[in-house]
Amino acid sequence: MSASTVTKKSAATAGPATAPHSLVAEFASADALVRACEQVRNAGYTRWDAHSPYPVHGIDRAIGIRATRLPVLIFLCGATGTTIGILLQWWTNAVNAGVEFPWVPTFLQGYNFIISGKPYWSFPANIPVIFELTILLSAFGAFFGMLALNGLPQHYNPLLRVDRFRRVTDDRFFISIAMDDPKYGSATRRLLEGAGAAAVEVADDVKESAPPRWFLRAHVILACFLLIPLAVIAYMRVDKQTQPRIHIVQDMDNQERYTAGKQMANPVFADGRSARPKVAGTLAREDFTQDPHYFQGRIGDQWAVGIPMYHPELQKLAGGAAEVNEQLMRRGRDRYAIFCSHCHGLDGAGVGRVATYTTEREIGFVPPKSYVDPDVLVRPVGHLFNTITNGIRTMAPHGDQIPVADRWAIVAYVKALQRAQTATLEDVPTDERSRMTQPK
Amino acid sequence: MASIVHDRDNTLERPGQRAPLVTGGHDLHGVTEVVCRVAESRTAPAAWYLTMGVSAALLAALGAMIGYLFFEGVGVWGLNNPVGWGFDITNFVFWVGIGHAGTLISAILYLFRQKWRTGINRFAEAMTIFAVMCAGLFPGIHIGRVWLAFYLFPLPNQMAMWPNFRSPLLWDVFAVGTYFTVSLLFWYMGLIPDLATLRDRAKSKLSAFLYGLFSMGWTGSARHWHRYERAYLILAALSTPLVLSVHSVVSFDFATSVLPGWHTTIFPPYFVAGAIFSGFAMVVMLAIPCRALFGLKDLITLRHLDNMNKVILATGLMVGYAYTTEFFVAWYSGSAWELFAFKARAMGPWWWSYWIMFSCNVFVPQIFWFRWARTNIPVMLVVSMLVNVGMWFERFVIIVTSLSTDFLPSAWDTYWPTWVEAWTMAGSFGLFFFMFGLFCKFLPMVAISEVKAVLPHDAHAPAAGGHGH
Repeated sequence: MSASTVTKKSAATAGPATAPHSLVAEFASADALVRACEQVRNAGYTRWDAHSPYPVHGIDRAIGIRATRLPVLIFLCGATGTTIGILLQWWTNAVNAGVEFPWVPTFLQGYNFIISGKPYWSFPANIPVIFELTILLSAFGAFFGMLALNGLPQHYNPLLRVDRFRRVTDDRFFISIAMDDPKYGSATRRLLEGAGAAAVEVADDVKESAPPRWFLRAHVILACFLLIPLAVIAYMRVDKQTQPRIHIVQDMDNQERYTAGKQMANPVFADGRSARPKVAGTLAREDFTQDPHYFQGRIGDQWAVGIPMYHPELQKLAGGAAEVNEQLMRRGRDRYAIFCSHCHGLDGAGVGRVATYTTEREIGFVPPKSYVDPDVLVRPVGHLFNTITNGIRTMAPHGDQIPVADRWAIVAYVKALQRAQTATLEDVPTDERSRMTQPK
Repeated sequence: MASIVHDRDNTLERPGQRAPLVTGGHDLHGVTEVVCRVAESRTAPAAWYLTMGVSAALLAALGAMIGYLFFEGVGVWGLNNPVGWGFDITNFVFWVGIGHAGTLISAILYLFRQKWRTGINRFAEAMTIFAVMCAGLFPGIHIGRVWLAFYLFPLPNQMAMWPNFRSPLLWDVFAVGTYFTVSLLFWYMGLIPDLATLRDRAKSKLSAFLYGLFSMGWTGSARHWHRYERAYLILAALSTPLVLSVHSVVSFDFATSVLPGWHTTIFPPYFVAGAIFSGFAMVVMLAIPCRALFGLKDLITLRHLDNMNKVILATGLMVGYAYTTEFFVAWYSGSAWELFAFKARAMGPWWWSYWIMFSCNVFVPQIFWFRWARTNIPVMLVVSMLVNVGMWFERFVIIVTSLSTDFLPSAWDTYWPTWVEAWTMAGSFGLFFFMFGLFCKFLPMVAISEVKAVLPHDAHAPAAGGHGH
């Protein structure tokens, strides 16, 4: 119930039964108020108060208001916030509660919260939350403590029934003396008038005041409505559901997709099929066993000694030819430069960039063997192919990086490197020989 | 409606004579009249209706965008991998920053006994609350599965699932939550005596009831004032470290990561200075139309604007210093990644946003070295708008440039907002101005009781001081 509607009713002639409650004196200025307050205080009154539109300087002393204990209350609230901040973070993130305190119900159990290998209890990281909770609870203490100590909210006040008193929030200053003050008497009015009051008036109180019926009913109805969410939650906690839970936002849980098995049309692909054909070059597992020469470099339990030029993929690299030719060799040199030369060197001697770099810095890299090492020189092509595919000693497998046909092209090129570096004059074509033997 | 047509120049300090904080020779009743007649008037200026119409439309757009986002998922935004934060967090940091000026004016200037704050603190605080509402919106809606937003809070649950308290994102929840709550309490506490003024002047039953309900039966009792002032002082003292902590914590979101351009210790002070900078620009931007439309030129005087422009100049220099220091440290650190990140800001694909930021925040406020500019309404309106543009771009630059080009070139990607993000951002301005418009019309825009306390009344009284003497 608003205070000022009460005030209005009091102006009406047929109001409720009233009784005088206090004496209200109006003053024109803050100065006059302070001087009058000193007189009222000196006269020994205890149940009285001053009212002003803004906090008047010096009025505390004039009335004799003692310093409020609010700061102590706020400090206690802040200390509670600090404690909650520390305990909350310790309990939820830094204690193995499930083991150490098994009697705690699940929904309150904390645990050692593992995150990024950080310590469970690292105080610097806990400071922000402790600080914020300290401030938050202190602020609650300041605001609600102020209201509580002031006895607010107090929506009904006999003073607000006095029309004149409305100017207390505008530009007038008042003193109110309650009639149940032990010193109250006929001298009180004279005291106030003598202290410079511009007007003195009696504030009436309603004898039997009760909030109106509709006000009570509204509160009962409101309270019932507020209980509905709690009741629903309580019901849901104990009720056994047979239906799957409702997905309010369908998009995030059930997203649109094309299912290959359902042969759905798919506009993304030119052929309109959502079931996609094999990617070119896809191999079935049995391909490996059906053609061990091409895929593994083996024939029976022996390393293959020939390059499987019968295979169409390899012929494609050779430009359709069914034998090793220059085109295949160029392909091999190209792949070799990309995948092999950084370790083996462009000439296959085993001193590529990586070997040079690591040797200079003493990193401990084992350089690869030279291709003209007697061990390597005698290896059949199938063995070389297997080495590229699966790696050997510290060399990593490259089978997943280089397609099969390219691996064979590299093998052919490696064979050529070996041949070139173990070559004699007889290997040079006859017409070129004379050029090489001529002295410069 | 405005009774005062011309600004009275009260910006000059004459030796031996204090420049008045309130012009027009108002007494106590005059102050009440000036402030209350806005709320009591049955009509409002045409510009108010226009603002409310536009901002209501934008607010509706915000609702539609959020609904669309919730229904479709965050894919409707232009975010990608690696740019997982875009307009959403840019707007979050922007709005949180805006709020800081309100708290600075209401708390820090109060502790420093700056009496001129009484003219502007009320609506600066209101601005804080609405700005923090806009800010809190963005992290709330950007989390993807919004129905799990309660994971943010340490709520007991049957999964025994707790938040990670060592994460700056969790600190943010506590910092922004506390900031909003404390700002709201501070603002409402200041409103109580002024709501009582409106209650006592109310003509209609409804306004008497509502103002009466929220003024809690305030009677201006000296004993009440005594506790009220003590609570106010302590709230100010609590808000001061709080406001510094909030933007520091926001900056930790970035500074505690290892991303080049984010991983810097300069962030907390630099973010706080930037927040106050943009917040003051917003206060000036709002004060200029409000004082003109609602006839508050006697209470929000040129001197107030002049002072705020000085703060803008000072904080603008601070952010300029921070920008320069960042570059210096990027070079001096010897970290190739750091230097690259900063070169990419100034000269990379986002160079234009960097230079919008730099010129709006560093070059433009320099005009406030001149008194004529600090007291010229059109100039300060343009500057404050540009500062807000610049500060928005500062957050955009920090977030997007650092995310889009991190350590590994193969992970780089660019970012461009979608129409949904653009309308969500516009909608947040709608929310802000709608709330602010309601506040202007229905609540006392100026702290009546505080202004009365600094009026030069009672010439022979010991001091016509503000609160807390």
